[in-house]
Amino acid sequence: MRFSKLLAATAVLAASAAAQAQMPSYKNVGRTPTKQQIQAWDISIGPDGKGLPAGSGTAAQGAPIYAAKCAVCHGADAQGGKIGPELAADKAAFKTLTTLKPVRVVSTYWPYATMVWDYINRAMPRNQGGTLTANQVYALTAFILYKGSIIRESDVMDARALPKVQMPNRNGFVPARFSDIPDEHKRGCRQGICP
Amino acid sequence: MNPNQPTRRRFLKNGAALAGLAVGAAAGSRPASAEPGEERIDELHKHGERSHFVQSVRAGSINNPERRLPGEPSDVALKTPLQDSTGIVTPASLHYIVSHGYEPPDIDPKQHRLLIHGMVDRPLLLSLEDLQRLPSVSRFYFIECHGNSTTAGPGGAARRSPDATVQQTHGMTSCSEWTGVPLSLLLKQAGVQKGATWIIAEGADANKHSKSIPLGKALDDALVAYAQNGEPVRPEQGYPLRLVVPGWQGINNVKWLRRIDLVDEPYMAMMEVSRYPRLLPDGKSRWFEFEMGPKSVITRPSGGQRLPVPGFYEISGLAWSGAGAIRKVEVSTDGGQTWKDARLQEPVISKAHTRFSLPWNWDGEQALLQSRCTDENGVVQPTLAQVAEHWGTSVDYFRETSLIISDLNAIQPWKINRDGSVKNALF
Repeated sequence: MRFSKLLAATAVLAASAAAQAQMPSYKNVGRTPTKQQIQAWDISIGPDGKGLPAGSGTAAQGAPIYAAKCAVCHGADAQGGKIGPELAADKAAFKTLTTLKPVRVVSTYWPYATMVWDYINRAMPRNQGGTLTANQVYALTAFILYKGSIIRESDVMDARALPKVQMPNRNGFVPARFSDIPDEHKRGCRQGICP
Repeated sequence: MNPNQPTRRRFLKNGAALAGLAVGAAAGSRPASAEPGEERIDELHKHGERSHFVQSVRAGSINNPERRLPGEPSDVALKTPLQDSTGIVTPASLHYIVSHGYEPPDIDPKQHRLLIHGMVDRPLLLSLEDLQRLPSVSRFYFIECHGNSTTAGPGGAARRSPDATVQQTHGMTSCSEWTGVPLSLLLKQAGVQKGATWIIAEGADANKHSKSIPLGKALDDALVAYAQNGEPVRPEQGYPLRLVVPGWQGINNVKWLRRIDLVDEPYMAMMEVSRYPRLLPDGKSRWFEFEMGPKSVITRPSGGQRLPVPGFYEISGLAWSGAGAIRKVEVSTDGGQTWKDARLQEPVISKAHTRFSLPWNWDGEQALLQSRCTDENGVVQPTLAQVAEHWGTSVDYFRETSLIISDLNAIQPWKINRDGSVKNALF
């Protein structure tokens, strides 16, 4: 065990030494991006809320935005339509996850409220991702969470509040610890299936 | 800067001149000249087409509500016609597509950039031309959708139907020669900082698909590919750049790659946490399953085909494993009572399709054909009953649930009837 660790460490050292040795030969390939360029492109939001911008919104503020920009695909009540999937279901629908017809929608299934913000911001409305303001995205996120009976209509969602929202299915995923995820073989996965 | 670069350019130029010469000579219309006679080449000569007698096409649907024809049924994918496949390579024009409902973006390669940032010492902005200056590798890899050969959920009806073809049941896997730059090389250039454990890969499509991938895999064999089967990656496969993550669920192979962010935890992107976890009857979901298990299927004879007369037929099929190379494929013609080792056709490549075959004389009686493979780790492809046991559920679950069955690698039996017809006999 200790020997294999030593081997691995040696391999890492060798690899980084090789990288150092190689680097001069790749001179002038690519550019260094400016801080502004990185900021403009970096739209990822971590599950803990890392990357959430300033701004805020409530479900009440989100309702008219939803009606104008989202209802045409997702239905007036977030119940789903021809193009967009159902977004929010009754809290009781969470119990269907153990049945043969689970209702797997944002409010019953998604483990982090921050994901809702991230996806609306990057991809919505359809083919117009990136056009909503941060306030609009907070308000729409609040609206969907409210429709799923997860928060109240007047609850203010912002960079501090959103990561704290308790999603019903937060503990529904295995493995629970992120640090256990990467090594499938250690997890006992066989034939592509993990226990 | 690679000092050989100008030489290579010159060679290519000379090659083009030579090609022009050859066309001129064949036409016999004018004396041989070093000048390429490009204006005299008709469109068909510039870019070849297959014979109009060849009818092999993808089937299914692009699944884009705006592009769907009136009355066209919605399907989860356009699937590869595996029943017509030979060897191990899928023509790029027949590679399967799961579009998640969106059109491929129309990207000008001169404008496109790949940004590498986050927990790195030297953030990098790379153009396609930059990437093409770096040392390249070409490798054969399969890409398979996690929902390929599902028995349930969207697209699952085919695997339950006796009339299904192998295209309908298994057509969401394809194999290509991918050319590009190892991601490890780019990450070493950028200098990954201590504490970084994941990358977030992101595309430039309308929903900016993003995917969390453990750093270990990114440094192992992931590839930033700009070419597929000797030509630029096609728009529907990610032009100009696609991240190829060998052996892992198709969703990881981010098309139209524009950004790689080095981070210290998975970022729970929409696709990976809403649709792709495997929700089991206990209500718990297994998330971040990556590696596709060992799978094989007989492509000839297969569902919907007909054996015209009793006599000799070569049984042929494909086997692959996300864990590495295929070591063995066995074929049974009697429903799994006896098995014979199939011949593995060279080349046998890790994380690529492997072609197998077995000579067979059909006596005109009912027969049940199936294949099972073993990969380099000794893992054997299971039957559906064995998968059910492994999942802690019953075989019935696999036709009754409304969910796509993720990573289902169960053995596929084809029944040969006395009239020569071939039927799906999974259930």
